Amino acid sequence: MNRVSGDEHGLLFEGSLTLSTVHLIAEETRPLIRNHPAQALRADVSGLQRLDTAGAVFLRGLSTMARQEDKTLLLGPLPDQLQKFFEYVGHTPTPIAATPESSAPADREGALERLGGNLQLFGERLSAFLFLMSDLTWSAVSGLFRRTGMRRGSFVEQAIIIGSQGLPVIALILFLIGAVSTLQAAAQLRQFGANILVADLLAIGICVELGPLMTAIMVAGRSGSAIAAEIATMKFTEEIDALHTMALDPLRLVAVPKMWAMVLTVPLLTTMADLTGLAGGTLTALVALEIAPATFFDRLFDALHVKDIVTGLVKSVSFAWIITVLSVYRGLDFKGGAVGVGLATTSSVVSSIFAIIVLDLMWNLVFYLR
Amino acid sequence: MSTTTSPITNGDGDDDDDDVVIDVENLAVSYGDHLALEGITLEVRRGGVAVIVGGSGSGKTTLLKAVIGLAPISSGRIRLLDRELRKLTEIEGRALLQRIGVMFQGGALLNSITVGENVALPLEMHTGLKADLIDEIARTRLRLVGLEGAADKLPAELSGGMRKRAALARAMALDPEILFCDEPGAGLDPITAAEIDRLLLTVNESLGITLVVVTHELLSIERLGGDLLMIDEGRVLYSGSTSQARQSSDPKLKRFFQPA
Repeated sequence: MNRVSGDEHGLLFEGSLTLSTVHLIAEETRPLIRNHPAQALRADVSGLQRLDTAGAVFLRGLSTMARQEDKTLLLGPLPDQLQKFFEYVGHTPTPIAATPESSAPADREGALERLGGNLQLFGERLSAFLFLMSDLTWSAVSGLFRRTGMRRGSFVEQAIIIGSQGLPVIALILFLIGAVSTLQAAAQLRQFGANILVADLLAIGICVELGPLMTAIMVAGRSGSAIAAEIATMKFTEEIDALHTMALDPLRLVAVPKMWAMVLTVPLLTTMADLTGLAGGTLTALVALEIAPATFFDRLFDALHVKDIVTGLVKSVSFAWIITVLSVYRGLDFKGGAVGVGLATTSSVVSSIFAIIVLDLMWNLVFYLR
Repeated sequence: MSTTTSPITNGDGDDDDDDVVIDVENLAVSYGDHLALEGITLEVRRGGVAVIVGGSGSGKTTLLKAVIGLAPISSGRIRLLDRELRKLTEIEGRALLQRIGVMFQGGALLNSITVGENVALPLEMHTGLKADLIDEIARTRLRLVGLEGAADKLPAELSGGMRKRAALARAMALDPEILFCDEPGAGLDPITAAEIDRLLLTVNESLGITLVVVTHELLSIERLGGDLLMIDEGRVLYSGSTSQARQSSDPKLKRFFQPA
């Protein structure tokens, strides 16, 4: 029977005081100490048969518990077979006995110091990012003319991973977005008897805005995160350091082929996304909205200008560039272990999407602000 | 150089300077407010075996990283193969790095390419050799470390010991003058660790390559038999032979060599 009870001298512990029983015994102990008539108590533990670390820590804290009830408690001898174990556990300081002051930090920073520290950190990170951005961009451009420090075949490998392997999901999503935006536009335009303008909205909406934007967001989630995770893991496993010691530039060897692949394949993916988006919207217009095909196609091609298509492609190149720069930066900025890799991946996606939207706004101001 | 002459000194020896391949003078390395190394002075001579030892967090790996240019130098001077690290241009730095090999603790093989491609990488990047010759050299390097069948495997498919051997093969790809090894026996069973040490000694004895090994394992220190530099709390605690270190009355050295 595992129990604690009161006798005329104090407390009597019997049976097992282990991880599975200590919480029940602890609950009963405090009222027994509090309600005991004597001031100086004695804990008789000679009847204990089993004791583990949890039990020993509990016994060690008994005197503190008694002090909290304004009493004193003296621990009696344990059976011989348990005494050695108790001494082994018991020689470390009891955390419960620690004074509140001892856990307080020795030197607290003031608000201004924290603000200054954070600003300095922000400045350092910003300059590191700008340096990496210019370094990577320069390496990507100069690498076109001088291929030293790059592995043969790595660009094609990356282009396949980022481009062709990403195509099905991007095409499918844009097809669905084309269909949804057509239905939504029609619901509004129908009120004015202007159903046919769905074709105009679809052409401009997909080619200028949704095609490049959704493709970039998908690429940031799919490929940008993979780039950040790969580089962060390479840093964790000292592969980046190893490249340095082999007199190889990790940016040229690892990041530049990814930059090329992104800048080439994202506009191609955007073109395919535009086409499938238009296909989705057209199919919906013809089947669900019953617009005459000839009229619909006339409007669609009239609405679409070369400038709109070029705008979309220019945007997609800039999106590809910023996704790569941010993902490489987040990967190289990695600190810590597995959690650090996860953080690098997440922050690369979040910051890429934010940057994509800021760039999108900037291009819209450049191309469409009159 | 023979192991009977001391390849590592604390900088006050009168040996011929031509023989010195690593010359560190009053080195300090700090990360933010934390001073990782302070007042480190040492010389390593060509063809020798230098063993840098110390407990966990003592700064021995930081010293290795500073010497190969991976850790920032706060003050002091490092001369590697007669070139002062701080004064090198980027191109000179790259040329110098091609004369050394580094074997990292976890191997640090590129996981996305095969073991053979890993070994071939430095050759592919720094030489104008044809692909089939590079492939043949890489396979020879792998055969010399007992990994002839592993060229087409990915690093993740190898055991810990095999990964270390592959890392050694890659570090040796450009026939370096100095081979740096960070904890070569870490995480390995005693037999495999002994095999790695034997491979390192073979490289030193048969090719005359200077060996700089960072370790904390007593058996490894015994086997490598070179001279010791013991780092403790970022400072040099001892510099000299292993046998003298064993007889030292310094309590920290005593505790290191007789932990029980």
